[in-house]
Order: sequence, then structure tokens, then C-alpha cells
Amino acid sequence: MSIFLSFKEIWRNRSRFLLFSLVIALITVLVLFIAGLAEGLANANREYLAKLDAELIVFQENVDLSTAASRLNRQTLLQVRRQPGVAEVGPVGLSNGKVVFMDGRETVDVSLVGIDPGYPGGASALTGNNLRSRRAYETVIDGDFARQSGIELGDMLTIITIQGTEEESYELEVIGISDGRQYFFQPSIFVPMQVWEKIRPQSNVGNNAEITYNIFAVQLEPGLDETSMAAAIQRNVDRVEVVDRVTAYEAAPGYAAQQSTLSTQRAFTLLIGVLVIGGFFQIQTLQKVPNIGMLKAIGASNRTIGIAVVMQIIIVTIIGVFLGSLGTFLLSLALPAGIPIVFSGVSALTAILSLLLIGPIGGLVSVRLALKVEPLMALGLSA
Amino acid sequence: MTRTVVETIQVSKVYQAGDQIIRAVDNTDIQIQAGEFVALVGPSGSGKTTMLAMLAALLSPTSGQVIIDGHDLGQMKESQRVSFRREKIGFTFQANNLVPYLTVRENVELMLRLNGNLNRTTRKNSEELLSRLGLGERLDNLPNQLSGGQKQRVSIARSLIHNPSLVLADEPTASLDTERAFQAVALFADLIHEQNKAGIIVTHDLRMVQYVDKVIQMQDGVVANVLTDPVEIAQLAGMGVYSLPGTAQSGLAAPLFSKPGMIALAAD
Repeated sequence: MSIFLSFKEIWRNRSRFLLFSLVIALITVLVLFIAGLAEGLANANREYLAKLDAELIVFQENVDLSTAASRLNRQTLLQVRRQPGVAEVGPVGLSNGKVVFMDGRETVDVSLVGIDPGYPGGASALTGNNLRSRRAYETVIDGDFARQSGIELGDMLTIITIQGTEEESYELEVIGISDGRQYFFQPSIFVPMQVWEKIRPQSNVGNNAEITYNIFAVQLEPGLDETSMAAAIQRNVDRVEVVDRVTAYEAAPGYAAQQSTLSTQRAFTLLIGVLVIGGFFQIQTLQKVPNIGMLKAIGASNRTIGIAVVMQIIIVTIIGVFLGSLGTFLLSLALPAGIPIVFSGVSALTAILSLLLIGPIGGLVSVRLALKVEPLMALGLSA
Repeated sequence: MTRTVVETIQVSKVYQAGDQIIRAVDNTDIQIQAGEFVALVGPSGSGKTTMLAMLAALLSPTSGQVIIDGHDLGQMKESQRVSFRREKIGFTFQANNLVPYLTVRENVELMLRLNGNLNRTTRKNSEELLSRLGLGERLDNLPNQLSGGQKQRVSIARSLIHNPSLVLADEPTASLDTERAFQAVALFADLIHEQNKAGIIVTHDLRMVQYVDKVIQMQDGVVANVLTDPVEIAQLAGMGVYSLPGTAQSGLAAPLFSKPGMIALAAD
């Protein structure tokens, strides 16, 4: 009976209910885009660290886990390498550079990542080869960057960095293309550490000071607990702070603020959705009060009326979320490549489940209203 | 042997408005038999709608008993009263009778659905009843495609389709013109007599009482008079619309004549 009443009313008033669904669809698009933007921005910030082929990351102590401020030397590297439970350690140098294109296209800012070939910290090439030589001017580049800029294996990449006060350019041969490895919103290009040491931006050129690294990527022996190993390394090696990957990228400047801002926006959009949908169904139910009174007077129970109202809300919400999800998908195909929006399964699913709840939550007030209608209204009396 | 369908024993309904006590119905006894069509008349505020609400299990009396078809409504929980209304009572209201998004057929079948009794046989019964009421060509129309008289006929069909013991009509002619009003009440009378139901019509239009077997006149919450004599009832019908006692109205149109089983309908 409830299903019959629900479906009949929706079918006979399909334009009105479609309008409700479209409003929900719009809210769905907003929420999904915010979720995608949050994911995309988070990704752009953390991708390199999140995908690192190591369980732990070593920073210099007292730098608030800032990769830019962290400075570690070879002696510390060797100390970490000697710790029980450590399988391998790779030093990582991080700096910035600019890729220039000979055909006049706009330059691209990149994260220049120096690694020791064969040690943790780099990115595996999906096509081509991994870095092999310690000295060759070769590079493995971020796959998304390669795709967007049309760079292929064997191409020569021109990179410019500031040496002292002058811009210097260097040619690197692209020998491998990895998956996406953004860091600080910039694509990463991986070079051997000795090459990195030469081409990274330096204020004093010709300085023969000892090589310093920014972080170490630490691979552990299988089966060891990350937390206890981090504590052990920190205890036994001087002046270091050791954390897991998640802690490392969550400490990245602006990451937490950015994510909390977007989470707040998403929460408010959902709240607005609840209020808008609640308002729609409240008005709709108010218009039906005389009819609900009549139905109760002829013997429809509160259960029948309540289920009918809830079913309508659920149906309209499902249709709206479906249309909104479809619209989001189609819109995402038309988005320019540079926009940091990522629709990952988990974040999209979480957003969709939240959206499926806003209808029933928003509609609770109208359900309550429907249940409180007195059948005496049908006779023009009050209780 | 006739069966008592409706019996009220010293029924009262008392309201308190601030310091004021209002006795909407005051120690009232009425009895209605199966096959009896009764008019409940009286001026505004006489208690007739309150009485109707108590008979319909929509309102509990403050004191006394309301017994419908042998069931004391005062002994029922709310959920039992809802079931009782659904199974035993048929209702036609003054307004908002029909569900606007259901067709004529679906509106009538509503009572069958509510009672879990919709099947091929009952569907056929519903179609036959609607055809008898001149709505055979309108089964798939929505209420907004019907005239006022047609809507009332649908409502009448709905009030009878589930074979209730008691059929109630609250001012069913209020929004109809005179011709349609006579038609609707005549129809009601025919079907109630035919199906041996107990029927009660609340009306302020005394012209309608010519179709009833008994008139219960209410005034200030009590039964002021009960008329069963056809002559007295006819005289009352000649008084027109109920205003103050003793006021006479004249110049009324003659009703359409109908015999049981035959419905004479004016064009809509």
C-alpha cells in the first residue's frame, strides 16, 4: 500500500519530483567536485611521499618535518643503515627546477628529486628503464607530466636552475616514465644524486662542501612494526626524527589547512543539502495535509503514511544522486588536464553515501509532520 | 429481524477552553438499525459533527459508550480503532475526498487495498459499482478531470466497496448544486437500502432529509427530536436549509426520482 501510494504520487507528479531530484543532483555535483578537488589537491601535495617505496622517512630533528628545512649527511645515512631491522636506506634530495620547451611552450615548474639508483626513494619506470648510472645525465619523469607535455622516451629534457645568480640549463635524457609522482603541486623528475647535486639550485657555485640530503627513505625487514622501528632509529641515531609516510605528508606545509578547509566546505554543502531537501519535502507535505487527514480517517495507519513519505524521499534522493553522479562523471571528462581533481573510489563512495543520507535526514521533519496529522482534520475538527 | 448497528449510551464529549466548559455532545442516546438511512441535522455548533466523529472512531467520548456493530469503541486501543475504521466504516467527506493522484478506479480500490482485499473479484465489483453510478467511462480519469457530482459519486462508491457495516457522510452535498445534491443523496439512500447498511448523513440542508428513514435533530449537544414519521420528515424537508428553529423556506425544486437498482442521472 505504501509503495503503491509513493509510486503513484511520484508518477503523477513526475515533473515536480524530477525538480526535487535535480536539486539533489546539483548538490551531488557540488559535493563530488569538492571531494574530487580535495583528493586532487591532497594528491598533488603528497603523491611522491605517499607512493614512496619505503615504510619510514627520516628527517633532521626540530624542523617540524619540513623536507625543505631538513639536512642530513652521509654519516647519518650510514648510522641509519646500520640499525637492526633496516633493510635498506635511500638518500633523497629535493629541490625545484624549471623545464623549458624548445617549441616555445610555457615552462613547467618541477620537483627535482635526487636519488641513489638501486636504493629506496625513486620511482619505478612503467615504460623504459629505471635510473642505473650514478653520473649520467638521465632522468625518469612523472607519467602525468609526460602525458600532458607530450614528452617521450629518448627525448632530451632541458631543465633550468639558478646557480648563484645565474640561470643555468642542463640537458637530461628521458630514459623512463613512471606513474604520477607529484610533490608540492609539481611533477617530479628523478635524477641520480650526483647529478642532482650538480644541477640543483645553489647560492654558492663551486662550493665543495659535503653533500647533504633532505630525507632518507627507509625500507624495513619484513614483519617489523613501523612505530617501534621509528622509535628505535630515532633513539639510536643522533639528531633525527623518524615518521611513517602518512605522518610525513600530513605535516607538509598547508596540507592540513587545505584539507580541513575542503572538508568544511563539503560538510557545509551537505548541510545545505539537508536544509534544501528538508524544505522541499516540508512544503510538499504541508500541501498534502488535508489528504493525509482523509487517508487516516478512512483507515490508513501512521505506518502506511510514514513509509509512503519515506519511500518518496528515498526514491527522489536516489534518482538525484544518480543523476548528479552521472553529471559529475560527464563534466570530469571535459575538465582541462591541469585541474587537480581526482575522483578516487573511496572518496567518491563516501561522498555518495553521505548524499544518500541527506534526503532521509532532510525529510525527517516532513515525515514527522505527516505522522502528526490528525484524521479529525477530514471533518474540519481538531483533536 | 433488524440488527442494531449503531448505539450510543449516555455519550458526552466535553471540552475545556480556559475556564469555560463546552459540552459539544451531552448525554446522548441514539440507535440506528441495519438498512436505516438517518439524517443528523442541526444548526452549526449543535454537536452533529462531533457525534459523527465519535461514531467514526475518530474521537473518543468523554463519557458513555459508543457501540458499532457490537464493538464498544471505548475499549479499543488507537491501532484497533484505525483497523475498525478501515474495515467497518465507509466515509464520504465534505471536501478532499479523493486522492488527487489516483484514478477513479484506484480511488475506489483504495479501501480494498487498505484492507488487503484487492483481487480480481473485488476489482470487478468495483468496476460494476462505478458503472452503476454512471462512471463506467471514467475509470481511468483523475479527480481533476471530474465534475463535483462525479467526484461525490466516486466517494460514495469508495465508502461502500469494502462492505462496511456503517456508512457516514459529512455534508456530502456542501459543494454541489441543488440538482447534483439531490442526485448524490438519492444514490446514497438507494445503495444503503439495497445493501442493508446503516447510513448516517450529516447535513444542514433539510431538503435532503426526504430520502432518509429517520431524522435526528441535535441542538446544543443533545438530541432535540427524532422523527420517523414520513409526513413529519417531508414537512421538515420542506423547511429548506437549516437556520433557526421555526424558519420556513419555500420554492424548492422537485428531486429526481430513483428506484432501487435504477439510477436516474442528469447530464453532468
